Amino acid sequence: MADAEVIPLGTRGAPGRGTGRAKPSASSRSLAAGATKPAPAARKKPKPQVAPKPKRATTPPAAAAAPPDAPGIPAEEWAEATVEAAKELFGPSWERGFAEFLAYLRRRLTGDYVVDEFGFDAEFTQRFVTTMLRPIAEKWFRIEVKGAENIPADGGALIVSNHSGTIPIDGLMVGAMAHRETGRFIRPLGADLVFRLPIVSELARLGGATLACNEDAERMLRMGELVAVWPEGFKGIGKPFADRYKLQRFGRGGFVSAAIRTQVPIIPTSVVGAEEIYPLVGNIPSLARLLGIPYVPITPFFPLLGPLGLIPLPSKWLIEFGEPVRTDAYDAAAADDPMLVFNVTDQVRETIQQTLYKLLMERPNVFG
Amino acid sequence: MDLGRKFARQLADDPGIDRVIGVDVLPPRADLGKAQFVRADIRNPVIAKVIAREKVDTVVHMSVIASPGPAGGRTSMKELNVIGTMQLLAACQGAQSLEHLVVKSSTSFYGASSKDPAMFTESMGPKRHASTGFTKDVYEVESYVRGFMRRRPDVSVTMIRAANHLGPSVTSVLSSYFRLAVIPTVLGFDARMQFLHESDLLEVLRRVSLDPVPGTFNVAGDGVLMLSQAIRRLGKPSVPVPGFAVGSLGSVLKRAGLSDFSSEQVNFLTYGRGVDTTRMREVLGFEPRYDTAATFADFATSLGSGLLSEARISAAESLVTQTLGVRRG
Repeated sequence: MADAEVIPLGTRGAPGRGTGRAKPSASSRSLAAGATKPAPAARKKPKPQVAPKPKRATTPPAAAAAPPDAPGIPAEEWAEATVEAAKELFGPSWERGFAEFLAYLRRRLTGDYVVDEFGFDAEFTQRFVTTMLRPIAEKWFRIEVKGAENIPADGGALIVSNHSGTIPIDGLMVGAMAHRETGRFIRPLGADLVFRLPIVSELARLGGATLACNEDAERMLRMGELVAVWPEGFKGIGKPFADRYKLQRFGRGGFVSAAIRTQVPIIPTSVVGAEEIYPLVGNIPSLARLLGIPYVPITPFFPLLGPLGLIPLPSKWLIEFGEPVRTDAYDAAAADDPMLVFNVTDQVRETIQQTLYKLLMERPNVFG
Repeated sequence: MDLGRKFARQLADDPGIDRVIGVDVLPPRADLGKAQFVRADIRNPVIAKVIAREKVDTVVHMSVIASPGPAGGRTSMKELNVIGTMQLLAACQGAQSLEHLVVKSSTSFYGASSKDPAMFTESMGPKRHASTGFTKDVYEVESYVRGFMRRRPDVSVTMIRAANHLGPSVTSVLSSYFRLAVIPTVLGFDARMQFLHESDLLEVLRRVSLDPVPGTFNVAGDGVLMLSQAIRRLGKPSVPVPGFAVGSLGSVLKRAGLSDFSSEQVNFLTYGRGVDTTRMREVLGFEPRYDTAATFADFATSLGSGLLSEARISAAESLVTQTLGVRRG
């Protein structure tokens, strides 16, 4: 073994190989969003506040509408109570917030919104991400994000991430963080089970997901979307707690050939913390077979505590978007070269695995 | 159902065409214009005589039907679709005068399942093969047409895979579904749908009949509507029904003569379907005048405003904002 030849894998020093250096290479710097990172869309929001109108101006029409001696609570008081509630809910600039909310409600109820050909509803997703996911990410999991500058500001790119946590909450969190940092929505690729399950399938399409198949992946990448994929699939998300942070097999490398065919960079993304939210200690295979799903999880709290057991443990999360692996050096025919595809797959996998170890060392403890 | 009559009439008015002959089992319900009508059943060899005697140069096959309708049950529907197509193609193969064949197929060819890609291109096939129903008929019809293409390479064959067509006067499985007072949907699923306006369908058929471009083409309006969104635009209430109960509800509705809920219809309402129309644009050079949303809006005008119409919801919003003295957003 002493004189074993070292065979370099992957791109052999071509642009994009993870060098291990702290600074990104020149090739990736040109890809990254750089210093002129646009402010996240959501932060653009605060508009000049409209001074709240004096309340006296608001009540007369309501008072006029109600007959003077109507029984029960007069409409005036109803209106006043609603105003107070709205103030509580939307803060001092409640008027604008409330009016916008009503308009949103009207658009939803009349179907006056646009979905793209995958069923993605940007308006709904924007609300869901900023009002639901971001607070969970920031307050519950206290997510720290590194390397957000590696996500290109525009154009197609493929986020490849490790998968864990019994329920794909890591996908939602990667999406929420990518949106906070760049203002872009990720377009997740999901297993066909996702589209077979009621409610899940509806929400998945609404949130921008589509089926993990080459046709859809390439179509989205050609449209210049930020696509995200979890190549470990159920092997990753449903692995026992004892195997935490051990990357499983990376599918058949379909994501690499899609990236090469569309010449978009692959962003290896490592998520630490999702493994501990629902520690999977057991499985009921017979029930899983009956229900037609890959596993029925048993965690220390589920099903023992019933619905309470569904609350994820508040582990500390670290997400690192790694240096992009460029694919534009290959020609499109390279996508059909299985050896090359396997090499790049391995390179991406190895990068994620090493980053996982590094992040684990950085995290003081599971809940730290 | 009236599509054939409208198409024949439109062609007959075209000065570039000498003669239009319509063939159907049932006589047309309204004026055919200058077009001639031959009452014949394409399921028997009479059709060959018509084609030979009249020295037909272009055959437009539009009689692949999606629901049995007045023709009877599933058996006669299948007979009409599959046996009819075989007879017609046999007649076409023998006709030396024939130069061009146009087949109106359907995007039902691709089926609808959870394994479907978001957008089907013409080179893809169904992900799950149907064992019965319209989807299977369309698939078989197309395979017979491909067989014909091999045997008569001199005939240019155009296959139009049309998305569900809608229009104010269209009667189809889907239009009767949208005409229900309360619309049942599949709980937890929301289908993506594309529509094609009736006038665009007639136009594309006219175009390929006069100016043959061989090949298979998806034809659909731009954009996608979700089923829930479409129902909301109609202003109608919907009732989500769990997947396992849709079948039995469907058979009740079918018996009541309100709507047809065959299994492929349920699959379509569950998973929806999208087709890629790049070839329609680039090879065929056809641009539909109506997109999916406009097609649906035009169809919705024929239904009148529903219980939860836009006007009512907008009025409710104004009432709330006025009462609270808030400027409308």
